[in-house]
Amino acid sequence: MEKLKSLADLKRIREEAKVKLELRVRGDNPEGLVQVKVAMATCGIASGAKPIMDFFVDELDKRGIGAVVTQTGCMGYCYAEPTVEVQLPGQEPVVFGYVDRKKADEIIEKYIKNGELVEGIIPVNYEKID
Amino acid sequence: MHLLVCGGTGCRAAESSLILESLKRELEEKGLGNEVQVIMTGCFGFCEKGPVVKVMPDNTFYVQVKPEDAAVIVAEHVIKGRPVQRLLYVDPKSKEHVPDSKHMGFYRKQIRIALRNCGFINPENIDEYIAREGYAALGKCISELTPADVIDSIKKSGLRGRGGAGFPTGLKWEIASKNKADQKYVVCNADEGDPGAFMDRSVLEGDPHSILEAMAICGYAIGASKGLIYIRAEYPLAIQRLKIALGQAREYGLLGKNIFGSDFSFDIELRYGAGAFVCGEETALIHSMEGMRGEPTNKPPFPAESGFLGKPSNVNNVETFASVPVIISKGWEWFSSIGTEKSKGTKVFALAGKINNVGLIEVPMGTTLREIIFEIGGGIKNGKKFKAVQTGGPSGGCLTEKHLDTPIDFDNLVAAGSMMGSGGMIVMDEDDCMVSIAKFFLEFTVEESCGKCAPCRIGNKRLHELLTHITKGNGTMADLDRLKNMCNVIKDTSLCGLGQTSPNPVLSTLNNFMDEYVAHVTEKRCPAGSCRELMKYSIIVDKCVGCTACARGCPVNAISGERKGPHFIDQEKCIKCGACFEKCKFGAVLIN
Repeated sequence: MEKLKSLADLKRIREEAKVKLELRVRGDNPEGLVQVKVAMATCGIASGAKPIMDFFVDELDKRGIGAVVTQTGCMGYCYAEPTVEVQLPGQEPVVFGYVDRKKADEIIEKYIKNGELVEGIIPVNYEKID
Repeated sequence: MHLLVCGGTGCRAAESSLILESLKRELEEKGLGNEVQVIMTGCFGFCEKGPVVKVMPDNTFYVQVKPEDAAVIVAEHVIKGRPVQRLLYVDPKSKEHVPDSKHMGFYRKQIRIALRNCGFINPENIDEYIAREGYAALGKCISELTPADVIDSIKKSGLRGRGGAGFPTGLKWEIASKNKADQKYVVCNADEGDPGAFMDRSVLEGDPHSILEAMAICGYAIGASKGLIYIRAEYPLAIQRLKIALGQAREYGLLGKNIFGSDFSFDIELRYGAGAFVCGEETALIHSMEGMRGEPTNKPPFPAESGFLGKPSNVNNVETFASVPVIISKGWEWFSSIGTEKSKGTKVFALAGKINNVGLIEVPMGTTLREIIFEIGGGIKNGKKFKAVQTGGPSGGCLTEKHLDTPIDFDNLVAAGSMMGSGGMIVMDEDDCMVSIAKFFLEFTVEESCGKCAPCRIGNKRLHELLTHITKGNGTMADLDRLKNMCNVIKDTSLCGLGQTSPNPVLSTLNNFMDEYVAHVTEKRCPAGSCRELMKYSIIVDKCVGCTACARGCPVNAISGERKGPHFIDQEKCIKCGACFEKCKFGAVLIN
């Protein structure tokens, strides 16, 4: 990594990173990429988020679905861990709670492949600041 | 099109599964079963107006829906595209129907400032933090603002310390900046010790860069070139993510020498604690970092004058730091527009105990306990009755039903006999015995007292003994007076915050639940039925069929009786283990 020597450097990195994040959502191909975020804070990991993240990585690859799987921090829904956020290209993200292997499989087959919602959605109940 | 039916505990109790079935049936009948999906979701956090049905993608939000409303929702909304007016949420102020959830005031109840990146970014990737305006605030400070400007902004924002006491952050920074020294330190207090509080851990695990950035901003403001994060070794994941973040920030030159080409240099080191509650107190924390025993010393001198290695040091809590970068980038005017008159911004609470939605929430200061517990928190587990909520952990107090509508801020909580603390909220229901709860918290403070001053070391131990005495049914009315007197002495004479606040759980339960204490003392009875020594098991003669199951199950042979005849429990021998109650198939064993 290069050192950032000025504010202009920071701005350039920010723009590049924003483009990368955007790409993840929309993709440079028309279908775009599916973005899967697994909450991997202590609460998530304690409830088994790691194997679920591995499951998503392996299965999405096996089933030939273009997706990026990343880890993230605590979403605040500790009662419903493991929690997973899925964002289909061009859509609002959806959070699923109590995700085990069976649920993960259902999410891939129904929601990611066909856009059909499955049970276990945690509705958004907060406001973002940006 | 999707119809989302709330499957939270509250809504389920109000027949939301029947609503789901009727909606599905209606859709099938109209031949729309394949086009419109009906999904049961988790709690919308709007339990007061449940059951809730949300129509996607138009975000129409129906409240207090009944199973028989399914037909009209399908016929009107799904088929004709006309929202059903009478089921819409009515804004309590304007008395108007609110067409979609985005316009509902309810969704403003949680605003995520300190948690803005938690659950959004990959905490191990600095680029994602930068993409969300990360390090821009530090850049702004270094290139556009003088240290005095930065302190001024923090002062005007009204930010107060989130670690518990609520000391104004800007003022703290100003004092540290005015003290001249060749070396100053910025210290981050990540020694989160309250049972049931985990917001600092979550921020460090989910958004470590925000803390590094804020510490650098503080360093710039007070003239420090070194930062230290004091974190308990019990938080291995947070430590790991902090280390990764530190490495990345140094590689980018966002920490280190001449940040952004200026002459400001700042770097941060980690210091590990062994997980002692008293080390959350800033002087004890500093001693522990110096390699000495984690014991507090008298203030003054305050750390801002003489802190780490005798140099001026500014100690702030994780959540306080997490709010700093946004205050700089969005402006103090924005921050101070949120919250109450004397407590600005938001507060993160960790909901725990007998509440449905255990987890982390962030609400503007001034939100009521009712909104937090019954709306965002989804109410009490298993439909039980709310009894009390402990805020501020072992230093705080129990608040009851009469406090539910008090707007929560630093000052109101103190006035109600509790405190903000770090923001743990432990919710209790009708099955919790308040004497036992006070005893539980005392057990914690007795363990965690460092032993330096007598009132805390001996006084808390004696308090705990008295409470144990009472829960065993050996207390007298005079003991209750002694309890109260001792509490006041410990409060007044202890050296540090630990001892000065440790009697709070006892005092607040004495104030709010005197009747429970009296029942333990005079009737030898525990109203919540949780104190084992006060329980009495007996057999109802009319119901006993003489099957001998209880007698065979009793580990101490306290039950006697002939086969096919009534049995009796010898109270002298009984150890109150409850085995007979579990064994009896006829409900003949009575507990009182």
